[in-house]
Amino acid sequence: MATTEIGPHELSSRPERKPVVNDFSLQVATVNGSGSQSANTVLLRTIFQMGVPISGKNLFPSNIAGLPTWYTIRASKDGYIARRKEIDFLVAMNPETAQEDVMSLTPGAAALYDEPLNLGSLRQDLTFYSVPFDKLLTQVCPEAKLRKLVKNMIYVGVVAQLLNLDPVEMEKAIRKQFGRKVKAADLNVGAAKAGYDYAASSLTKADPFTIERMDKTRGQIIVDGNSAAALGCMFAGVTVVTWYPITPSSSLVETLIDYMKQYRIGKDGKATFAIVQAEDELAAIGMVLGAAWAGARSMTSTSGPGISLMAEFTGLGYYVEVPAVIWDIQRVGPSTGMPTRTAQGDVLSTAFLSHGDTRHILLFPASVHECFSMAGDAFDLAEQFQTPVFVLSDLDLGMNNWMSEPFQYPEKPIRRGKVLSKQDLDRLGSFARYKDVDGDGIAYRTLPGTDHPAAAYFTRGSGHNEKAQYSERPDDYVNNMERLNHKFQTARSHVPKPEIVQNGKSKVGILAYGTSHWALVEGRDQLRQEYGVETDYLRIRAFPFNRDVHEFVASHDRLYVIDQNRDAQMMALLKLDLDAAQLTKLRSVLHYNGLPIDARSITDEIVSQEGR
Amino acid sequence: MATTATSTPQPKTNRIGLTVIDYRGGKSTLCAGCGHNAISERIIDAMYEMGVPPERVIKPSGIGCSSKSPAYFMSRSHSFNAVHGRMPSVTTGALLANRNLIALGVSGDGDTASIGIGQFVHLMRRNLPMIYIIEDNGVYGLTKGQFSATADIGSKLKSGVINDLPPIDTCSLAIMLGATYVGRSFSGDKKQLLAMLKAAIAHNGTAMLDVISPCVTFNDHEGSTKSYKFTKDHDEPLQEVSFVPAFEEISVEYDAGTTVDVTMHDGSRLRMRKIEEEYDPTNKAEALKRLAEAHDKGEVLTGVFYLNPKAPTFLELLNIADDPLATLPESVVRPSREVLAECMEELR
Repeated sequence: MATTEIGPHELSSRPERKPVVNDFSLQVATVNGSGSQSANTVLLRTIFQMGVPISGKNLFPSNIAGLPTWYTIRASKDGYIARRKEIDFLVAMNPETAQEDVMSLTPGAAALYDEPLNLGSLRQDLTFYSVPFDKLLTQVCPEAKLRKLVKNMIYVGVVAQLLNLDPVEMEKAIRKQFGRKVKAADLNVGAAKAGYDYAASSLTKADPFTIERMDKTRGQIIVDGNSAAALGCMFAGVTVVTWYPITPSSSLVETLIDYMKQYRIGKDGKATFAIVQAEDELAAIGMVLGAAWAGARSMTSTSGPGISLMAEFTGLGYYVEVPAVIWDIQRVGPSTGMPTRTAQGDVLSTAFLSHGDTRHILLFPASVHECFSMAGDAFDLAEQFQTPVFVLSDLDLGMNNWMSEPFQYPEKPIRRGKVLSKQDLDRLGSFARYKDVDGDGIAYRTLPGTDHPAAAYFTRGSGHNEKAQYSERPDDYVNNMERLNHKFQTARSHVPKPEIVQNGKSKVGILAYGTSHWALVEGRDQLRQEYGVETDYLRIRAFPFNRDVHEFVASHDRLYVIDQNRDAQMMALLKLDLDAAQLTKLRSVLHYNGLPIDARSITDEIVSQEGR
Repeated sequence: MATTATSTPQPKTNRIGLTVIDYRGGKSTLCAGCGHNAISERIIDAMYEMGVPPERVIKPSGIGCSSKSPAYFMSRSHSFNAVHGRMPSVTTGALLANRNLIALGVSGDGDTASIGIGQFVHLMRRNLPMIYIIEDNGVYGLTKGQFSATADIGSKLKSGVINDLPPIDTCSLAIMLGATYVGRSFSGDKKQLLAMLKAAIAHNGTAMLDVISPCVTFNDHEGSTKSYKFTKDHDEPLQEVSFVPAFEEISVEYDAGTTVDVTMHDGSRLRMRKIEEEYDPTNKAEALKRLAEAHDKGEVLTGVFYLNPKAPTFLELLNIADDPLATLPESVVRPSREVLAECMEELR
């Protein structure tokens, strides 16, 4: 059956365990395009509002409607928000996948299903709940054409009752979801209540999974990484945004458009920004460079295939020394098949994107909080270093909902880098565009339109001297390349520093970046609690690597580098940067099946390599 | 510059007090006799005579002989020699950043009609306010003489290779897609090219000028349809074009029967004395029809094919602020603390 090829099912590696409160995963299996996203968000929110830490992972196919989709909500009293492999509570709404979904559950799990699917006899080691959705639906929704839209809200009510969710919080979550659409909210509240009442009167709770109120989410927000990035870009003062639609990056710019329309229209009714949907990624990056050359804070957002198309222009950006901020919401490889699955596959391609000798600054946000804050870092770095900067998010971070501390208002003023004004030129008389005046490798630039006869320079690729004059002289080329390298070395101490957790005694170090962080937080606890393995941890936040990365490697005997790609790309990048004596210390932990990385995979691999 | 010699006559200046020297560029490294050098000269003349402040001008270009030429005119203007076929996107970005810039983009027939055709057609759709010049010689010069996509069927390379694919007519394409000032000229026709360039400077919208500019090294021989001789022999001007800038008095009245007078965005006038009596350059369909006929007859049709000075530009459609986005202060581009608090509240 076709559906087996797109399922998220993995073999469980978790030992059977005793049931616990506020510590389980719930999965809803539906059909893409059936409107289940609203229902799932309501469930997520309801638990969140009850103070229990949550995470939500949407596993969806590359399809508009009709293919299976799974949404997993994890509740964790300990605050672990990485994906967990095991599913404890299944809501089986999709006839096509129902059997396989049920068969892959861990013993002791519960499964709630649409009555006609008749799954109850499939296994003896599960708790089954059968719900006559269509019957309930006719009662709460007399209008037949709306039924498809509210059907999913019925399981919200059933699940809420079975898991002991507060119906008041449930209604609050529904009303938040539908905002000003009061009629739709009423209808959905009615459907959820019908589900709740049905469960209360007709189902007998027989599984051990429940939610109890805690106080671990107070003041927190729920947001996806792309929206957080959009907010970050707006508060970073972005003025020109050019893009081409691509999954999983499109929602970043689409959310940005909404925010900018709301908050960045001037008193005269005119936009203090321009957002242009370009004809392709080649044009998108060309517009970014043109805009930045003329002085705008400009950016684009894309994913792997777009990165490939931007290669030539990005290299030019490095050589002509024009800022650019490029968001790469990473996903699995080329063309059709896995564009809606997550990966960290573009580390090497972005680090050296283009032809000739190029190196680019990369930032690695691990959280929605960093999607927000690193937006500001990216623009400041791009303009200060006059070079393209990549922000490497991924589908898991970008498109899934994450709970987070609220974002802090940026306290530092915007840094626009070394730009000479008319007044500067009046004072200086002239300037040399590519001369290292300050010894940091960063030269001064002027913007087109600067009203001074000496302001203009000729922007061209590899062949120029300090004065931006055409030159094919070997010494001019080498001098310029050395200065560009010096500039890149300067960036080491300006990019975001790594986050280090160490006790000074452990001989085992772990290096990770991006979304692997969340699985690693949990994995380190597992290593310590289950195997007595103490580890230190360094989270890489930028390339070029800060000196702290070198020191961390030097001070440990064995270092595990966690990559969500097949080729250990971050480890390869580290190997290019570290002293030769350090290289044999590095070991690789890989996860690249398209699903978000989980703690157990990391723990098992490290335990195995440690010979435990 | 020598300013102490009081006895020498003052050099001629334009309306903003600059001499023609202030519009010059570096010494050309193109071949002697290259049509592109003549176009650079006309650009200098047009900018000087129109009194355009050179500091407000940007000269983006792609890759090729044509795209090197911005180094040979207007050194006081910023240039951006971009990548092959991508001048339109760089120009678009620059104008989004600073709408006060005057963009004169230079491209070639390979840079536009082959590798750059995607960006070209989308630029035309947007009616971005810029001057787009194709220095069109039907051949790749820097790579030593391959056909480009504007080469005519039957045209012959020096090596004897005959072109057997139809040419892309960049003017027809530009008109069809939304450019608002489209014409073709010839690097050897000083008067027509100068008038058309001045009108391009006055135009608010995309001014797309395809300028036949023979390549003396690779495409000026017998059998070429882009040679000086062929172009002179087959040049069919639609009109006699003259331009009256807004800052000059109109001294000569015109006869509506023989002349079409179009008022440009800035109040200047483009005056076209009809050679073909029925031709109306404000009629899109007619322009396309006449261009198709010219192809069939093997004419090198020149002149103003289409002009619409009133269509909204891309920058107007985007409703962007009057001040350049590039230099808006932090107080304008970073929303307040209260806005962030509001956004956070929505996400709770």
